[in-house]
Amino acid sequence: MISGEFDLSVGSLIGFSSMSVTLLTVEANMSMPVASILTLAMVMFIGYCNGITVVKSGLPSFIITLGSLFMVRGVTIAVSKMVTGRTQLGGLEESKGYNIMSSLFSNSLTISETDFPISILWWVLFGVLGYLLLKHTQTGNWIFATGASKESAKLMGIPVDRVKISLFMLTAFCAWFIAITQVTTFGGADVLRGEQKEFIAIIAAVIGGTLLTGGYGSIIGAMIGALIFGIVKQGIIFAGADADWFQVFMGVMLISAVLVNGVFRKKYAHS
Amino acid sequence: MGFLGKNMRTVNNQIVLKNIYKNFGNISALKDVSMVTDAGKVHCILGDNGAGKSTLVNIISGVFHSDKGEYRVNDKLARFANPREAIDAGISTVYQNLAIIPIMNIYRNFFLGNEPINNKYLNIIDKQLAIDTTIRELKKFDIKIDDPKRSAGTLSGGERQILAIARALYFGAKILILDEPTSALGVRESNKVVEQIIQLKEQNINVILVSHNIDQAFMLGDKFFIIKNGEMAGQFDKLETSANSLRTILEK
Repeated sequence: MISGEFDLSVGSLIGFSSMSVTLLTVEANMSMPVASILTLAMVMFIGYCNGITVVKSGLPSFIITLGSLFMVRGVTIAVSKMVTGRTQLGGLEESKGYNIMSSLFSNSLTISETDFPISILWWVLFGVLGYLLLKHTQTGNWIFATGASKESAKLMGIPVDRVKISLFMLTAFCAWFIAITQVTTFGGADVLRGEQKEFIAIIAAVIGGTLLTGGYGSIIGAMIGALIFGIVKQGIIFAGADADWFQVFMGVMLISAVLVNGVFRKKYAHS
Repeated sequence: MGFLGKNMRTVNNQIVLKNIYKNFGNISALKDVSMVTDAGKVHCILGDNGAGKSTLVNIISGVFHSDKGEYRVNDKLARFANPREAIDAGISTVYQNLAIIPIMNIYRNFFLGNEPINNKYLNIIDKQLAIDTTIRELKKFDIKIDDPKRSAGTLSGGERQILAIARALYFGAKILILDEPTSALGVRESNKVVEQIIQLKEQNINVILVSHNIDQAFMLGDKFFIIKNGEMAGQFDKLETSANSLRTILEK
């Protein structure tokens, strides 16, 4: 989003990845690490296709990835029905290599008698890496510049197309990663995994201060956005309110965040 | 003797265009345009909207290629694949609206696309170097920056233009194309930019100024090129002409 593009296909990519890993392991008898890596290659390729289509057509990524959202989801459902006749698949626990994968991606650590899923560590690690990439590297500067003004960036010799394609591949990688943590947690897959995750990703980023127009935003902000999302989701139940109100609240949060961001942009970008 | 002859012909930051033609489909944007620009002088390209000024500038800066004709830089035939190659050859362009990114901070704008790298493998930006260089380079142009981490949108219009000029020079520009550098500015801001353009002559920079403002161009320029309907309608040295006679030719 900082580079000025959206990826709406992440939710479908999560479903695709989790189904692909499970199918390859359970039906094709591959060991799980191999299946995961094969899936990663497929997912990265889809990300590359998203990127190259957006860059070459010059159309809004909103539309292009909306298309791939449906295509990828459709393929996931159709193929798993064709192969297994079902839309849910389990039995990963008995497969080869499951233990290694599970201990890496879905183990829990017990700290003072409370269980913390290991995915929290991954979350923090990716957050730190993302922060360093954006704020401290040349690549990060190019991402900001591409989103703020594609033309200016191009004139300064920044390869904006390459930046955008790489980022679509990065979101695809992230979708794969989430899928792996999910299949190892649940021991199986469901074709509908990850549905609506694309909206949650956008909400988290926007609440965290990322501008919809690109050129501004931060990882820390998006992480706080995601935390707020999670806390509200759990909190509203603990507070005794009907969980249906959660969606209303998130909608209000999203719109307020966009309005505040708009004011901010006007203040600093009066050109 | 051959050596000496060669040395005498060596030219410095010079651009020569000879019989340049450029068509876009059926529309001919430039017809038989020739011009020479030299170091230490300000060359003004004057003309109406759509006369072909931008096309001419885009050919010099490597955005387009001419269809016909010769383009030489320092006596060598030039054919740039993209603006980056032109920049590497010392030809930089400062565009009026695209000079800087307002939402990025000042030092990141200064090093945009040329970030100083600390660690080659992780391509980490050397921030301190970037900040110090930005402050030092802008000081040369009479701009004092208290906080280079401020967003560049908080600079005045003239300061932004000067930032873009300072950046081009820092990264080795010897031939500088300025596209309407003051058209969006008020009188005071405009004067700041004009002062700095005059300074460029002392640094032996070859300045090519595209302008609408005839009075300002006449004050700044050493040579004037009038483009009309894609053709060179006249070239004058400052001594041969006046702002009024330039205006007459333009409006004829």
